Amino acid sequence: MYDIARENRLPDRVGIGYKCQHFNALMEAPGPVHWLEVHAENYMGDGGRPIAQLRALSERFPISVHGVGLSIGGEGPLDPEHLARLRHLCDWLGPASFSEHLAWSTHGDHFLNDLLPLPYTEATLARVCTHIDTLQEAIGRQMLLENPSTYLAFENSTMDEVTFLSEIAKRTGCGLLLDVNNVFVSATNQNWDPVAYIDAFPLAQVGEIHLGGHDEEEDEHGAPLLIDSHGREVVDPVWTLYAHTIARAGAKPTLIEWDTDVPDFPVLAAEAARAASLLHPATA
Amino acid sequence: MTQRDFTAAILDPARPVPEGLTDPQGRPALRRFNVYRNNVAASLTDALETGFPALLKLLGPDYFRSLAALFLRAHPPRSRILSHYGAEMPAFLAAFEPLAKYPYLADVARLELALRRSYHAADAAPLATGGLDPAALMALTPRLAPATMILSSPHPVLGIWRHNMDPDAPRPAPRAEAVLIARPGFDPVPHLLPAGGPALAGALDGRTTLGLALERAVAAVPGMDVSAVLTLMLSTGALTLSDTGDTP
Repeated sequence: MYDIARENRLPDRVGIGYKCQHFNALMEAPGPVHWLEVHAENYMGDGGRPIAQLRALSERFPISVHGVGLSIGGEGPLDPEHLARLRHLCDWLGPASFSEHLAWSTHGDHFLNDLLPLPYTEATLARVCTHIDTLQEAIGRQMLLENPSTYLAFENSTMDEVTFLSEIAKRTGCGLLLDVNNVFVSATNQNWDPVAYIDAFPLAQVGEIHLGGHDEEEDEHGAPLLIDSHGREVVDPVWTLYAHTIARAGAKPTLIEWDTDVPDFPVLAAEAARAASLLHPATA
Repeated sequence: MTQRDFTAAILDPARPVPEGLTDPQGRPALRRFNVYRNNVAASLTDALETGFPALLKLLGPDYFRSLAALFLRAHPPRSRILSHYGAEMPAFLAAFEPLAKYPYLADVARLELALRRSYHAADAAPLATGGLDPAALMALTPRLAPATMILSSPHPVLGIWRHNMDPDAPRPAPRAEAVLIARPGFDPVPHLLPAGGPALAGALDGRTTLGLALERAVAAVPGMDVSAVLTLMLSTGALTLSDTGDTP
C-alpha cells in the first residue's frame, strides 16, 4: 500500500495552475506561489517551448502533474498508449504528485474534452478501482483522485459520493484530491450539505486541495445551477468551506485553479496569498 | 443509460436527455444536461479558435463558430492531446459547399496545422556551416529539422495568412506559393519558399549529400535559384544533422 506522506511530495503550501503567460513572473518573483500544477496532456509533444518551460520550471518548483484526459470512469479499458505517455512524462519530469479525475471523457474513438459524470454503483466502483490499479501500476506511483463537479443526478446511484470515493481509496490505496469548489458546486446542484460532505470525507487520504471560481446560473425550475468554470475568483462561501476543511485536516498543499479568462499574474498571486493566510494563519 | 447514449446526446442537441438522469428531486434535467453539451462544444470551439487564428480572421468570429459547431460534431477529437485537434479541417473545408468559392481556405488551414506541428516538434541543433568550404558543405548529409515543414499551394497561401495575421502586410498577389516553416527558437516562422525548394526538401533524407540533393532538385526544376533556396534553408536553421532531434 502507498503512504500518502511519502508518495506525495508537494509542500503544505499554495501553488497555482501553470499558464505559459506567467512564465517570466514565476521565474522572477513568484511571491506566494510555492509549487505549480500542469495539465499532463499539454506536455505530450516532442519538444519546443512547452517542454523547455516545464524543464526550467521543474528546476525551481515542485510540479504536480494533473491528468485531464485518461477517462478513468470510462466503460472501456484505459488506453494503453495514453498510459505510456503518462508514464513517459512522469519518468522524465519526476513530478512531486500525479492526479486525475473521477470522471470519464472518452467513449470509443471520441474524446469529448470534458469531465463527464458517473453513477455511484457497485459496478462503477469495481471498474474505477480496476482502472486506478492499472494506472498506478503503469506510472509506478500513487495517484490522487479528484472529486468532480456534477450538474445532475443518476437514478441508479446506490451510494453517496463520499462513500464512493472512500471505498476507492481503501481498495486501491490511491490518495484523494479534494476540490473544495467542486464540493460547493456539487452540493448546491445536488441539494447536499457541503459541510457534512467535508466532515464525512476521509481527510487523512487527502494529498492536495483545489480552489477555483464558478459561475452561477439557474435550472428550468429556478433552482441554482453552479458551473465549474475556473474563470474567476474563489467566492466567499468556498473560502469559508476551505477554512473549515483546513481546521479539520490540518495544512494541505492547496492549488488556485484559473483556466479560462486567465488574469495577469498579480491577480492570481492575490488569490494565492489569500489561501496562504488561511493555510498558515500564524505566519501570514 | 450507457456512455454511448450519453456521448450521442452530447454531440447531437436534437436528441433527448438520456434516461435516468434527473435533478435532485427526480425531475427531468434538460438544462443540467445542457451544461455538459455546452462545456464540450465551448471547449472544442476554443481549441479550434486557438488553432486556426487566420481562419478565424478570414471567416469572422460568428461564421467561424457556426462552422466549428458543424465540424466538432462531424469530427469529435480522436486524440486526448488537444493540440492535435482539427487535422480534418482542410478536408472538411474543401468539401464544404457553402465555402466552395473560397478554395484557398483549406490550404490556410493546412498552413495553420503545420505551424502547430512545428511548435510542438522535437528540438534539433541546426546545421552549422561556419568555417565550412563549399565542397565540405556539399558533402554533408542533412535532413529537415523535426520542426521544419514544407507546404505547396496553388493559391497565395502565405500571402493570405500574412494579410490576416498582420494588418500591415500587403494584399496577397494571385499566384501559387510554396512555404517553408522553420523554428529557429521556439516560434515557428513561415517563409516564402522559392521554386525548387520543395524538390530539394524532398531529396534531403539524411543519407543523400547536399550536393546530390541539389543536383536532383535542379534536374526536377531547371530554373531554380539554388543560392536563394539554400540561403533560406541555412539561415533559418531548417536543416539538421541530428537523426531524431532531442525529445524528453
